[in-house]
Amino acid sequence: MELLSGGEMLVRALQDSGVEYIYGYPGGSLLHVYDAVYKQSAVKHVLVRHEQAAAHMADGYARATGKPGVVMVTSGPGATNTITGIATAFTDSIPMVVISGQVMSHLVGDDAFQETDMLGVSRPIVKHSFAVKHPEEIPELVAKAFYIASTGRPGPVVIDVPKDMTMPNERFEYKFPKKVKLRSYTPPQRGHSGQIKKAVDLLLGAKRPVIYSGGGVIIDGSSDKLRALVDRLNFPCTNTLMGLGAYPGTGERFLGMLGMHGTYEANMAMHHADVILCIGARFDDRVTNATDKFCPDAKLIHVDVDPSSISKTIVVDVPIVGPVGSVVDEMMSLLDEADTTPDEAAIDSWWKQINEWRQRHGMRYQINENGKMKPQEVVEALWQATKGDAYVTSDVGQHQMFAAQYYKFDKPNRWINSGGLGTMGFGFPAAMGIKMSFPDDMVVCVTGEGSIQMNIQELSTCLQYGIPVKILCLNNGSLGMVRQWQDMNYEGRHSHSYMESLPDFIKLVEAYGHVGIQVTERANLQQALDDAFVKYKNRLVFLDVAVDEEEHVYPMQVPMGSMRDMWLSKTERT
Amino acid sequence: MRHIISILMENEPGALSRVVGLFAQRGYNIETLTVAPTEDETLSRLTMTTTGDDRKIEQITKQLNKLIEVVKLVDLSEGAHIERELMLIKVKAVGAQRAEIKRTVDIFRGQIVDVTSSVYTIQLTGATDKIEAFIDAIGEGCVLETVRSGVSGIARGEKVLSL
Repeated sequence: MELLSGGEMLVRALQDSGVEYIYGYPGGSLLHVYDAVYKQSAVKHVLVRHEQAAAHMADGYARATGKPGVVMVTSGPGATNTITGIATAFTDSIPMVVISGQVMSHLVGDDAFQETDMLGVSRPIVKHSFAVKHPEEIPELVAKAFYIASTGRPGPVVIDVPKDMTMPNERFEYKFPKKVKLRSYTPPQRGHSGQIKKAVDLLLGAKRPVIYSGGGVIIDGSSDKLRALVDRLNFPCTNTLMGLGAYPGTGERFLGMLGMHGTYEANMAMHHADVILCIGARFDDRVTNATDKFCPDAKLIHVDVDPSSISKTIVVDVPIVGPVGSVVDEMMSLLDEADTTPDEAAIDSWWKQINEWRQRHGMRYQINENGKMKPQEVVEALWQATKGDAYVTSDVGQHQMFAAQYYKFDKPNRWINSGGLGTMGFGFPAAMGIKMSFPDDMVVCVTGEGSIQMNIQELSTCLQYGIPVKILCLNNGSLGMVRQWQDMNYEGRHSHSYMESLPDFIKLVEAYGHVGIQVTERANLQQALDDAFVKYKNRLVFLDVAVDEEEHVYPMQVPMGSMRDMWLSKTERT
Repeated sequence: MRHIISILMENEPGALSRVVGLFAQRGYNIETLTVAPTEDETLSRLTMTTTGDDRKIEQITKQLNKLIEVVKLVDLSEGAHIERELMLIKVKAVGAQRAEIKRTVDIFRGQIVDVTSSVYTIQLTGATDKIEAFIDAIGEGCVLETVRSGVSGIARGEKVLSL
């Protein structure tokens, strides 16, 4: 029998859950736990400079590796600082376990120093949460937390640990459960066969089909299966912002991203489709535009592991609740057995139509040889410099959309962004979480001068742990997406979207011990990128690239319209 | 349409706040809510009435089912069921009114459970419409105070909500 204190149990249970990294920040209520962290080496702790960054680091780690990210923070402000990070993970269904310290049990409710009702504050943005009531429960709660966080539709789980649950002198028997079973939680293992058959029949009869896939395919690790299905059927495929990389960005059957800033061809194909197979996506409002005008001719098939995603915003014809991988497997075997094949003539003429839409080049932009660089060309140069093989994180705004549109992701788990919540300040710490786990890969945070300042303190963490991420700041001196909306809808009144006193980023990163490179001329961009990835391979490099503040992201769907209603440039509408 | 949703959930602190929070967070409406432990002390039974079209009710039940502590759930209004509410009502009862109120209580099969020289406290059980009919019959003018338990419900016949 092994006797451990609550604090030791917590750390041991993390080890037994296969945890590699804890991203965290100590404080009063967690001192016993941090002492237990100190006495072992199996789990590495990364000290951030702000707890929000700890959550985003764990999130980036989880998105790139598929394993739950772990956050550890003290009570009160430590805990509340993680809220944006937890909400980010929740909205994008990312597995995460957050351990928050709490004041002594007997003080809970007394408004004690650094007391916050963390379970209450985090309740709407967690998949589940636990409060430790007795130290002996800790191993089981940790096992349950990891199980819940990583199965079904993943999400963050909070464990609130009062300080008196971790006392070093109170020891109890440590038993880590081999298997977790919860009578009230049984994530679906496979889809309904009858429904899958119906779906396959619809697909085989389709004349203008589209496969629309989302982040669920990546989370399920089923990108290969999706690719096989798309190629087998010879159907066009479009990905959501969260789903980029599930189907190769350079693939012939790929239409690009769909939705608000999706490609012309993807949105046109969706609007005119007769059958749409939606896999691991959720008909988000940034995809559908006005729901009453959404894809008027289409029969909709929806595969999702979360039943509540089905018919939430768009009522579908064939709902299938199940893990996307197993559903696609079953579809493939039904296709093998089927005595019919897709209508080749119809599919050919559908491709002909799509290729005509492609000719419209909805993604073109004007390079002004004598003027400022366009953000799009900078992203394209990044794609060239990294051979399309980097992990790219982003913050939120125009740069995020340009990265999504112009960096062609051929692999899943490579495009890491806060798609659902739209969290500025996400990209840099997320990149750090990835780089620590993939030290030999290129990891780039594409950001703007607005977003990067929301977690810039982490430059210090990068120095401490030697995390050589590259930061590509598309600096247009303004909050680009806000400015774009103000240009389009508020007669160009740039209310608080202009940053008048930007820091000298080069001096700033140098002060933190890193390398800064300023790029104001197009002629220097290539060299700067090469330096960042080759000359300064093992250093954090901040590329401060001046880009045109007048540029807008196009295409852009016209608000309240259908999917095919788009602005294609400042003057051109569909 | 009004629906009666009955839930078996883990009898744990925080479970109720998740259910109630879900309604607030997603803009659903709770009309009544009643909750108590069951014969199995690890489980609580919660009954709530809510309104909405079929799509909304479908979302509500799916979202509730997603809560880890919700073990089982049924929309009682989908089948034959029995619903009851308990009301305690304090009414002014003086002079000739006293006999009249007593008669009305008998008609509604209620009970006078406490009496003073000027006040009756009445206990009444029934479906919501019966409770409301009683208040109408007795006249709102003499009502001093009411307290209602909210709706409890159970399916008719052999169907049971259990593990």
